[in-house]
Formats: sequence, C-alpha cells, structure tokens
Amino acid sequence: MGEVILTMKGIDKSFPGVHALDHVDLEERKGEVHALMGENGAGKSTLMKVLTGIYKKDSGTITYEGKEVEFHNTREAQDAGVVIVHQELNMLGHLTVAQNIFIGREFKKGIRIDDKKMNEEARKLFDRMNIDIDPRETMSNLTVGKQQMCEIAKAISHDAKVIIFDEPSAALTEAEIAELFKIIRDLREQGLGIIYISHRMDEIKVITDRVTVMRDGTYVGTLVTEDSTKDDIINMMVGRVIYEDPKTENMTPKDAPVVLKVEHLNAGKMVQDVSFELHKGEILGFSGLMGAGRTETARALFGADPIDSGDIYINGKKVTIKSPQDAVRNGIGYLSEDRKRFGIVVQKTVAENTTMATLDAYANGPFINKKKEKEVAEKYVESLATKTPSVDQLVVNLSGGNQQKVVIAKWLTRNSDILIFDEPTRGIDVGAKNEIYKLMNQLAAEGKAIIMISSEMTEILRMSDRIIVMCEGKKTGELDISEATQENIMNMATREIN
Amino acid sequence: MANKTVTKTAGTNKSFIDRMGGQKFIVLLIVIALFIFFCAMSPGFRKYTTVVSILDYSYYITLMAIGVAFPLMTAGVDLSIGTGLVCYSLIGGYLIVHQGWPTGAGMVVSILLGVLFGILNGCLVAIMELPPFLATLCTCMITRGVGSVVVGGFGIPWPTAAAPGGWFRSIFKIQVNGMNIPIGFLWIILIVIIMTFVLNHTKMGRYTLAIGSNKEATRLSGVNVRFYHIMAYVICGFFAGLASISYSAIFATVQPGSGAGFELEAIGGAIIGGVSMTGGVGSITGTLAGVFVICLLKTGLPFIGLTANWQQIITGLVLIVAVLFDILKRKKEGK
Repeated sequence: MGEVILTMKGIDKSFPGVHALDHVDLEERKGEVHALMGENGAGKSTLMKVLTGIYKKDSGTITYEGKEVEFHNTREAQDAGVVIVHQELNMLGHLTVAQNIFIGREFKKGIRIDDKKMNEEARKLFDRMNIDIDPRETMSNLTVGKQQMCEIAKAISHDAKVIIFDEPSAALTEAEIAELFKIIRDLREQGLGIIYISHRMDEIKVITDRVTVMRDGTYVGTLVTEDSTKDDIINMMVGRVIYEDPKTENMTPKDAPVVLKVEHLNAGKMVQDVSFELHKGEILGFSGLMGAGRTETARALFGADPIDSGDIYINGKKVTIKSPQDAVRNGIGYLSEDRKRFGIVVQKTVAENTTMATLDAYANGPFINKKKEKEVAEKYVESLATKTPSVDQLVVNLSGGNQQKVVIAKWLTRNSDILIFDEPTRGIDVGAKNEIYKLMNQLAAEGKAIIMISSEMTEILRMSDRIIVMCEGKKTGELDISEATQENIMNMATREIN
Repeated sequence: MANKTVTKTAGTNKSFIDRMGGQKFIVLLIVIALFIFFCAMSPGFRKYTTVVSILDYSYYITLMAIGVAFPLMTAGVDLSIGTGLVCYSLIGGYLIVHQGWPTGAGMVVSILLGVLFGILNGCLVAIMELPPFLATLCTCMITRGVGSVVVGGFGIPWPTAAAPGGWFRSIFKIQVNGMNIPIGFLWIILIVIIMTFVLNHTKMGRYTLAIGSNKEATRLSGVNVRFYHIMAYVICGFFAGLASISYSAIFATVQPGSGAGFELEAIGGAIIGGVSMTGGVGSITGTLAGVFVICLLKTGLPFIGLTANWQQIITGLVLIVAVLFDILKRKKEGK
C-alpha cells in the first residue's frame, strides 16, 4: 500500500426525513483494495454518489491527491480520475466494444469517426489488463463477465486513479470472478486505489486489504482484512443497537395448521430448491441480503414468474399455480416491493384500486356496481385509517404509507388467507411504519398467514414468528424467533469463507 | 410534505375547466369556436346542406375513433381500421350486389369481418406479443389486399336508396318533404352514451384503462389481462365494421385500394379528444368532440379558400398541440 490518495472526512448528507450519511470517513491509499461493507441501506451507495458528484454533500471534506475537491457531476469526477463501475452495466449492445469504451469522446479524422484508432486504443487497454477481447466485437455478443471487463477498460481509459466497484461480482460466474480478481490485483500493482462494495464475505477475505464498515449511515470503523475474522466484520455490521421491541417468542398457536407448504421450489437461477411451511396466524420472515432470491421466491409462488419444478400445497391440497390468477384464486395476495410498478395503478382512484382483485364481487355480470364499490372502499379506508380526502382520490396523490394501505385493502377485500408482504415498509415514514406493523399483527391474530420479506433487520426481529434466511437463491437457515439474533441471521445470509 | 399539498389542491380547488371535464371541455369549446368562425367567414358554410354533409362525413370517422380509443387506452394502437373498413364494406357489398344476398346479411358479414380482424389483432398483440404498431400495420396491408382480391379490383356500388335493398341508407339519412334529415347523428349519440357506460361502468372499460396505466400491476391483481387486452381490439374491430356500414350508406361506390389514411383521422380525433397515447386515460365524449374538430377543418377550410392539403397541415398542427397538452398534464401530475 502506498500513500493516501483520497480522504473523505465527516461527510454528512440528509434527504427529507432521512439522515443518510452522518459524518462518515473513508481513506483510500494507492495500490489498495478497500472494501466498503454494511447492510442494505447502510449508506454505501450514497457515500459513493457523494464522492462522484451525483449527490451534493451537506458538509465534510473530500481530499483527492492532496487537494480539497468537490465534483459536481460524474463527468468532472471522471476527468479527475475517479470512476465508478456500476453493478448494472451501461452498455449499448449494438455497438462494438471499442465504440462503447470511447462513447462520447470518439477519436476523429476530420469529421469522420476514426474507428481504426479507437480499435487500436481499446486493444492497448486490453493488453494492459492482460485480457483477450476483440475491440471490433459487437457488445451484446459478449458474456456478462466480458462486458464487465469492458466497463473496467472504459474506467481505466479515463486515466483512472481511483476505481469504485459496486457489487461487481453479483452477475458473474466463479470463473469470471477469478478473472475479475486477477484484473483487480493487476490494477492494484499499478498503484490504483480500488474501492470495492460487496456483500460477499468470502470475496472480502480474498481480494481486499482493508475493510470499512458502515451502519445506518454512520461510520463504524476500519479493519485490516488480514487481521480480522468474518465474525469481527459481522459484529461491526449489525452493531449493538437496541432494536425497537423485538418479538421474543413465537406468537403462533402450537396447534396452528399448515396453510402453505412449499417443497423443492425451483425457478430460474435465483430460486433453488426452496422448501418451507407457513402456519395459520403466523408471520414468517424472509431475511437475506440484496439479491438473495427472496422476491423471486415470492413471485414464483404467486405465479408472476414461471416455476421450473417443485410442489405447492395449500391447506394440504396440492395446487398448480401458473399465473397470478391461479394464485389469487387459491387465496394468495402479493404486496410487491415496488408498489408503483407492480402494486397499484397510480392514475386510478382509491376505490378502483381497492376492487382491482375482486371486481367480480362488485359487479352484476359485466356491470360494475359503483355504489357497492364505493362502500367497500370506504369501509377499508376507515378500518385501515387510510388518509385520503375521498375514495375518488387518485392514488398517485397519496403518501407511500397510504398507498400501501390501499394495496392491503385490495387483498383484504379478496379475503386472501395468505399474504406476501415484500418489503412492506419500504419508502414509508416512521409513523406510518408502525401503523403497518400493527395492521400486520392484527391480520395474523385474525388468522391470516403472512410471509414478510424484509431487508431491515429491525423489521425481521420485530415482526417474525419464524425466520427463513436465504443466500444466493438457496435457503440457508430457518430460525424460531426465540433463537434468532442479528449475528446468526447475518451469518446465514452471507457465504462461508472458504 | 409535497404529497399533502397536492392532495389538498386536487381535492378542493379544482379549476373551472377541470370541473367541466378538462380537455374534453376545451375541445368542445374549440368545436364551437371553429363552427362560429367558419359561419362568420363564409356564407356558403352557413347552409343547412353543409351541416348535413359535415355529419355525413363524420359518421364513419366517429365510429372508427370510438373503436380505436380502446386499443389507444391500453397504450396500443390499431392502424388496420381504415383499410379494414373498406375491405368489410367491399365484401359485404359484393355479397349483396353480385351474389344476391339480402342487404341485412351483407351488413352482418361486414360487422363480423371487423370482429374477426379484431380478434386477429388482439391475439397478435396480447398473445404473440407483437408491438401493436407492427401487428396492425400488417393487418392493414392484409385487409387492403383481401378486399381487392374478393371483388376482383372493381368498385362496389351498394344499392341506392331508391333501389330494392336500399333501405339501409335511411338508417343515416331520411328525406322528409324533400329535405335531408341526418338521423344518423341520433345513432351516434346513442352509441356514445352506451360506450361511455361501457368505459366507466363495466369491467371491460375498467380493465382497458388499468392495462393502459399499469399492465403488470393489473396482472398481479389476478386479472385475466390477456382476455381484456384482446377484447380492446375486438371492440375496435367491431366498430370498424359498424363504420363500414355507415361508409357504405353514405357513399355511392366503395373503391378497392382506398381507406388508407382514414385510421389516422380517427386516431387523431381520439387523441385531440384527450385519449392518451401512453394509455390509461380517455373518454368517449372527448373522442366525439375531437373527431368534430377534424371534420370541421376538413369541411370548413375549402369554404375559406384553402385546399384539402391545407386541412392536413392544420390537422397535423392541432394534433401536435393536443399531444403537447397531454405531455404537459402528465408532467404536472408527476411532480
């Protein structure tokens, strides 16, 4: 490790209602791979966005190459040599590799684009990285791994001195990861500073020199990777915060019947051999890190995505679920993590959204009984305490918490016995959160069976009777709430160190 | 915080125009203004016969526009209705004139053909997942060809009002004491009322708009999205069939190979009337008003000395304004 190239000190950033970064520090040296770790929502991405000029910091200083700097956009950061390699690749599939790398700053010969020169320059970059990619190849013909290499080549071509990798390995195969690590090591040899964001504990051990841990927007500490264990890092990630009234015991009656049984469910890469049982009146928490396959499991179960294999039993009877229609008919309701895209029709009214899944019950043949529809919508606005001037209000005008209540009402009118809440409180403010929690507990007490997918540890520990932990598409653990701790959940949610 | 303010304004302080129906109301004002304008500018326009000819001309475009409003509201489109109209009219007329079928049977065939092509379009879009633009462009070509092939390239004159079997012409126009009474407009008003009810008070209408606003959320609510998506095109085809009847009844002869471009006037009318091209929003009354903007321009401009070409230029400009209006409204709502 060489001298310090980048220091972020006391970085503070607030969004309306959220203190996203609370005086965070980060130090990067030349020739160092520095891991940035933390749970979902710890503030890693926000910090990197402040660094590369996407967000403007409220206070704090960034010192880069001995001078205090503030980048106003990614272009400025790039020009100075601070480049981010995104998790989602920003590639134009129809163009060639070289055209992608030099997009926006093409070499020219007069008014003509000089493709030959671009190919040569791209070749030089690949030589420097010791990889074999033909610059003339069309981008979409490359594997995801190779495309990532191109993205890295593009970063280097900006004469980068600090490269940020945001979960680079998420979409890669083992072999591709090995190749990625080789490149990262080469870059380290050449004296570049690498900031590496990842959830994968095993990678951290293999590739990084130091680890900085963040939690809830604060800086927790920095460790030298060599001298620390996985448990050290996990302890720093989960911290010793007192969580709001966690559940201490399983509230489900001992003799509660099994409502839903899933056996060996497979659906694509993200759902591999998942089996579990759900009891009447139970809240079953699904924990895990981003990309663990929890939402995919829920979507497969709901018929939103195709199932490859596996059996689903509802009340002991085997059922076939091929579409959301099948799922709804079998009494399953799904509250998506992305309300605006999958949950509600924002340009429609509260009443129209409420009856979306049950219109048959409020229609005589093909004709909608608007009076009856209005009555039921009003009933749920009242019982869920949804804040809206009237049921004729367009849903787009409601706050996140109230939109969520409209979605809940939609499934309650259907009288669904199994409710899947996917990130039920995402984007909802604290007060409304408590209301949603109260509502979920009430529903469970009334005998509904609830699956709750959540990335918030607080939420998992506060709401669940039992917890299923997933990691990379597989179920890696199942805990009763009485034996669940943040540490053992986090342990199951991350891969073992090989 | 921002949300709360929006809630308040949307709830109580609606502007006068919004309370009167928003874009629909503005378009209605434009229709009235255009009518007054042409009356003031041209003595020739101020005649009863002109009004009748405007109405004559409006029937088939209105019917097509009401139909195509449904695919538009699902965020799709149907480009095949123009050539389709001529195709259905040719085949129906061919059966009556050359095969000796009763007029009623020929009319039923015209409508059924519309429904059939509607089903085809719906399946291409909702099941095969072809982009609506492309799918209906293909059926546009197919219908044009089919019509010409069946009649062998000759124009088809549906029976005249005086001829046997010509009763159908009096569906749209009757003569009382030598004066033409455009009773077709009564039918149009009846259809507008029925389709407004369908759009606002039936599952069909509700799901059409829901698919256009957010197809995935609608699917995840357990709605049979595929069926209702197909049905939007079937309704459109059915109305193209009705339009073909009105076309046969108004015009003396139907020419094979014609019809291309009719659909643009219908789609234009719907959009001017507030049907959003991005789906989810629209009304039948607005569509009717929008069609009349186009019909008035088409009939009125020659009276003030501008050729049909000018009508196209001006209609194009009006369309741009209507679409801009839609985009601005969307942006405002997005905030």
